[in-house]
Amino acid sequence: MENTTLLEMRSIDKSFPGVHALQNVDFTLRSGEIHALMGENGAGKSTLIKVLTGVYSKDQGVINLDGRFDVKIHSPQDAQNLGISTVYQEITLCPNLTVAENMYIGRGKKPITNWRKMNSDADKILRKLDIPARATQQLGTCSIAVQQMVAIARAVDMDCKVLILDEPTSSLDEQEVEKLFGLMRDLKATGVGIIFVTHFLDQVYEVCDRITVLRDGQLVGEYEIKDLPRVQLVSKMLGKEMDDLSDIKSDQDAYLGEDADEPVYEATQLWSDAGIKPFDFHIRKGEVNGFTGLLGSGRSESVRAIFGADRVLGGIVRMHGRQVHIRGPKDAMKNGIAYLPEDRKIDGIIGDLSVRENIILALQVMKGFFKPFTKAQAYAFADEYIKKLNIKTASADTPVKSLSGGNQQKVILARWLLMHPEYLILDEPTRGIDVGTKIDIQKLVLELAKDGMSITFISSETDEMLRTCSRLIVMRDRKVVGELSGEDLTQSMIMSTIAGGE
Amino acid sequence: MNKSLLKKITSNQLFIPLLALFLLAIINLIVDPSFFKVTLGTNNEGNPVLSGYLITILDYGSELAILAIGMTLVTSASGGQDISVGATIAITGSAMLRVLCGSNTRPEQLAAPIIVAFLVACIVGMLCGAFNGALVSIFKIQPMIATLILFTAGRSIAAWINNNELPIVPDPKFKYFGGFIPGIPIPTTVFIVIICVIVTALILKFTNLGLYTQSVGINEKSSRLNGINPTMIKMLAFIFLGLCVAVASLIKVSRLATINYSVIAKDIEMDAILAVALGGNSLSGGKFNIWASVLGAYIIQFLTTTLYKFNVQSDALAAYKAVVVILLVVFSAPKVRESLSRLKTKKALKAVNKGETK
Repeated sequence: MENTTLLEMRSIDKSFPGVHALQNVDFTLRSGEIHALMGENGAGKSTLIKVLTGVYSKDQGVINLDGRFDVKIHSPQDAQNLGISTVYQEITLCPNLTVAENMYIGRGKKPITNWRKMNSDADKILRKLDIPARATQQLGTCSIAVQQMVAIARAVDMDCKVLILDEPTSSLDEQEVEKLFGLMRDLKATGVGIIFVTHFLDQVYEVCDRITVLRDGQLVGEYEIKDLPRVQLVSKMLGKEMDDLSDIKSDQDAYLGEDADEPVYEATQLWSDAGIKPFDFHIRKGEVNGFTGLLGSGRSESVRAIFGADRVLGGIVRMHGRQVHIRGPKDAMKNGIAYLPEDRKIDGIIGDLSVRENIILALQVMKGFFKPFTKAQAYAFADEYIKKLNIKTASADTPVKSLSGGNQQKVILARWLLMHPEYLILDEPTRGIDVGTKIDIQKLVLELAKDGMSITFISSETDEMLRTCSRLIVMRDRKVVGELSGEDLTQSMIMSTIAGGE
Repeated sequence: MNKSLLKKITSNQLFIPLLALFLLAIINLIVDPSFFKVTLGTNNEGNPVLSGYLITILDYGSELAILAIGMTLVTSASGGQDISVGATIAITGSAMLRVLCGSNTRPEQLAAPIIVAFLVACIVGMLCGAFNGALVSIFKIQPMIATLILFTAGRSIAAWINNNELPIVPDPKFKYFGGFIPGIPIPTTVFIVIICVIVTALILKFTNLGLYTQSVGINEKSSRLNGINPTMIKMLAFIFLGLCVAVASLIKVSRLATINYSVIAKDIEMDAILAVALGGNSLSGGKFNIWASVLGAYIIQFLTTTLYKFNVQSDALAAYKAVVVILLVVFSAPKVRESLSRLKTKKALKAVNKGETK
């Protein structure tokens, strides 16, 4: 079964107005392999996937599938009929339908649906794949992770030959990722070819057999996983030898001001209506700390409580030792707290507004309803931060939704930095963005801290947190269960604290 | 260079409404150039007045233009429309008459100054707006359903305010607002619209109403996390529309010096919504351009006046209007515009390719 070519894409070319997105790209997928497609944002991964799934039509090139020469894929429906299924990063199912309906929607050829059979079929698959959901449950009531798995279950059940997973793990916690990998290995054993797009290097090395690297719309090469060490993979993606990932902390000095021990923010028994248990927390000037824990452990809810994003139900909050009342985001902003939310699409960007308007928004709100910035001021602010953070945008007037994920994140970061906060909360600032930007953001965090800003940094990639944070608050089941600093800051200590093994 | 300029013009939101206006003008020019004739005459009170179809359009499009301003804000902030504006005009108009005439329906003189009556109408309009706004922003009811309440009840409330009587305002000065001020040949309504437009422009310039409203309309959650209070912004939008309603009712009531509860401003809400759509604004909220909506209002009036001029029977008017509106709305739909511009670039590319092969 190994080594029979399942899918061949040859000399694929695709241009958009002003961008040559794919230039002469080859891609080969064998049956029974998990093939990682790697590259920075804008490297052409998504375009290649979209050409394969019929979302875009290719300008030139040939696609051979399963022994058939030059198959025509003009629409996602075509792709589906050919056995190419895709699970996207964003859930594309309907949250207000049931799990079973989502799995079978748009597939039946018969005009009449046998609901009972559909539900029992769905339950069977869910049980087989060990997905904790019931067929008749409304999809919206499941966690994001389960929704993701339902999407995969749908694809699996459609007898696909090629399964494309586009960043499926970005919203899953480790256990769920493990479960997903188990599922992928099972599928691989049955001969399905899996294309796996992800930004998580660890995961690539854990589950994949082969890697294809793209850069700037061109093919860099295809490699066996054992022939390509991590550092080389990263340098191939970036197109340059890069300073070792793990070194960014050591070449930064900590903040050394006289007031370095002064707590900037202090909370006692703070809790909100998002279901977290009351917790104590403080952060000193120039300190970088973080909340860690599995997805759903309450780390995001904790920082949301600090910012007043959820309804705060109790607790005493002090800034510089003085008691303050933070009832909503505006109170927090007035006290110099900024918060970059976890989900930038839902909570972060204002999609149709321009980059400029998105950048000035928070500062503008602080300044007041009756004191709008002049156009010139707004442009000056926007241009300053576009340059400072190296935001890739056509102009300050471009709608922010047309930027790539990493650049959108930088725009939101710019929005908060423009406010010159004392205390900056970053919830998953590096999720779903390319390696280069990830490193930029981590470096920036350390630089800001060096200048005296207090920062709480949350990331689901533990090594990122180890690299940036000097103190970690560990959460489990919506409770703070431990605090690690100094020599305890190791991967294994975090794991054991999260797991609860004393 | 020329091409990019052309593209800039055609992709502007004002392009389609302006083109529509231009085409309507051309049609009239071809069929009967006298359409554009404006004559200075005297009315039956002996005052100089301008008359002609263009003046009619400017005059009778006024209420719609004023309502379009408020409706644009409501649409942007809430992603829905207020269908109660016609009924609310009846309420504010009725309140105005009640203050002007007191309990006597045929008074010899005004019971209160006009300005007081107008201010009362404004407060009533803003209260109606606040009622709608509260239902939408606090209780999260869909705008169309929320405003259905006043849409249904409004005209009854209006009749109840004056005990179902039809008071007549005795003071000829009251008629100035919907007619002419002696000595000034331009309809007063034109000035009222200009004042409204200037006030709105100043508000947009000196406050963040525009930015906040669009933010809330595009992404309410993230607006809240940036310290904006979405409930407040939606309330403001509805209250602003309430104010627009009060001004429109002043014009409407002044035209007749009395009121007809069941007929006054009938179906005007649909025209106001249409004006917003004709301006190329998305009816699902978010980004807006108020001036495009105002232009949309005058297009509707232009169309109506043109059809009247062609002696289309008033029963058939709506059907003709519908045809034109379908065309306009389809052409200003983003999807159609997109494919049109794609067609254009394809043609341009072909032309370039041909040139190369030669």
